[in-house]
Amino acid sequence: MANMTFSAAIDRAVMEAMAADECVIIMGEDVHMLRSAHYTRFGQQRVFPAPISESSFVGAAVGAAMSGLRPIVEVMLVDFVGVAMDAVLNHMAKIETFSGGKWTCPLVVRTACGGGYGDGGQHEQTLWGMFASIPGLTIVVPSNPADAYGLMKTAIAHDGPVIFLEHKLLSESWLEFLGRLGRQTVAFDVPAAGAQGDVPANMDSLPFGQAIVRRTGNALTIVSLGVGLHRALEAADQLAEHGVDCEVIDLRCLQPLDARTVIESVSKTGRLLVVDEDYKSCGLSGELAAIVLESGLSPHYARVCLEQTIPYARHLEAEALPNTQRIVEAALRLAAGEKQRDV
Amino acid sequence: MVELELYKAMVRARAFELVLAEFWEAGAISGEMHLGTGEEAVAAGVTRHLRSGDAVSLDHRPTPVLTLLGVDLQLMLAEMLGREDGLCRGRGGHMHLFSKTHLAASSGIVGSSGPLAAGFALTAKLLRPGNIAVAFFGEGAMNQGMLMESMNLAVAWKLPLLFVCKDNQWAITTRSVDVTAGSLLERAAGFGLPCQEVDGLDVMAVAETAGDVIGQMRKNPQPFFLLARTSRLDSHQMGDPMRRMAQHPVGEGGKTFGNVTKHLLAPRGSGPVTRIKSLMHLLALLGDSRKDVREHKTDPLFLTRQQLEQAGQDTESIEQDVARQMEQLVDSVQVDSPAGGAHGKHDL
Repeated sequence: MANMTFSAAIDRAVMEAMAADECVIIMGEDVHMLRSAHYTRFGQQRVFPAPISESSFVGAAVGAAMSGLRPIVEVMLVDFVGVAMDAVLNHMAKIETFSGGKWTCPLVVRTACGGGYGDGGQHEQTLWGMFASIPGLTIVVPSNPADAYGLMKTAIAHDGPVIFLEHKLLSESWLEFLGRLGRQTVAFDVPAAGAQGDVPANMDSLPFGQAIVRRTGNALTIVSLGVGLHRALEAADQLAEHGVDCEVIDLRCLQPLDARTVIESVSKTGRLLVVDEDYKSCGLSGELAAIVLESGLSPHYARVCLEQTIPYARHLEAEALPNTQRIVEAALRLAAGEKQRDV
Repeated sequence: MVELELYKAMVRARAFELVLAEFWEAGAISGEMHLGTGEEAVAAGVTRHLRSGDAVSLDHRPTPVLTLLGVDLQLMLAEMLGREDGLCRGRGGHMHLFSKTHLAASSGIVGSSGPLAAGFALTAKLLRPGNIAVAFFGEGAMNQGMLMESMNLAVAWKLPLLFVCKDNQWAITTRSVDVTAGSLLERAAGFGLPCQEVDGLDVMAVAETAGDVIGQMRKNPQPFFLLARTSRLDSHQMGDPMRRMAQHPVGEGGKTFGNVTKHLLAPRGSGPVTRIKSLMHLLALLGDSRKDVREHKTDPLFLTRQQLEQAGQDTESIEQDVARQMEQLVDSVQVDSPAGGAHGKHDL
């Protein structure tokens, strides 16, 4: 058992994979500094600092993966994947299908996401729902160091493309690089249990597509991931004081999505609340509603999502992102709604 | 006198950057802060020749140009404090400053100022003959496909677009020379763009060159590539961990270098020569990151002041004037500060 930060857990998984397999390489902007330990140990033949040319180096990662390497390509922030979208949407996601399953593309796109430190709407998006809508991609969003470690191990070993999203409020190194920057004058609402934690010594890879019930309850199912999961757990504590007994599920992956765990929980509680830091429309929250409907359930449903371009001002940003208060209010309305109907 | 006017412009731009730095340090401005300190001569030399109807697209260091275009400093400061009365109602922040009145737009996506300015230039050509568009970007952006594509577009469509490359030799924490092939001037020339290099620390040289070029572009719509060497006096962003490590190797760098040292000696991995080479590269970067600092030969303001003083000019009264204006600006914002920037936790 080792206690470590979220970012250290990911770095360790990458370090171990690089030591075990010389085909695992890192490429991306500033990786000599961001991954200085990897750069020192494995040198310039394994760690490639890239120019600010996302469309080119993400595209090159696809080619490298198709021809025998196992690249971990770092795009600093998921917002910048916009520049490299063709490589993601039209290439890495499609190679395996286009080749009739005969050619795979084993790469990991490692990228930081999420808001809560006042960097504006072009640097704080999550976008995981958009990626998850594209067949052929695996989308991973861990919420704590152990999961981050295990899922990164699985991602590197996986024979297809994986988008690995690390939330900046969980990743101390990213929060320092983009939000704090040496200042003692700024504060962030960091979920302590997600930013630091134990990684079991014997832990190896963690399979994709396995959601986990973080809290059991009978009245209401809350489904979330990343930082939203921690906000949901905090809300569940408050809701318990209001007599609403919540079950909280951490999805961990959007693609493949563990529908079974969600459906089992909702069939017990009859109420589904989705907490998603991604955009509300046409995304994960609607997808989860569809999945439970398709299973034959008709639960009471609500969602707490991002409904606008993330405003720069921190007080507006705090309202725009799913926060504990919004979750509690939505859950209380959901719980009360059914009671009123019961009467 | 042109020199003194340009100097005054530079002092104004610098002073506003330093006001931003102060508010950022106090935690009243959140997120990253990419100061334009070191780019003032380019901003002053180019904006001097811009007029109403010209459009500019800016990168993540937009403030010196916006300041010199005459965007209200109180609105800009209020914006960065996240206030409803800010330039963009607190929605944009320092990388996303927009002034429709000045046809000025900024973006935090490296290289994106090229395509945007191509559109601005197209509008100028069709609707406002005689007007031009200017794209400001760094040499790091020169490796973005979208910027190179917009150079091709500008030539193919004969757009009145001035590409201004502010070459500070750094792409975040990467030395641009390490990731850039060939010469930037030859690259631009390869698109058929008329090109010129200018010392971007010499405000008179920038102003003269920009004046000639822009004058020609107004008469005969066509693009131009101006390569100006600048400096990055306050690092990529304020609080840049690389410079902090360089300045405080024991405190700030201790953790990072502890980890580096551990893996320098770890079994499995590259041979010792490769490892030492990597380590030396990192140490060289830390050393380099300290070279561009204020009050130094890479500081355009310092250089211009020196020249003017040697010519017997009074720079001090200009600086005092500007300092007074900035004090008033800071006071004006403090007086009616409602929620403040960072959650209203910090009194200014």
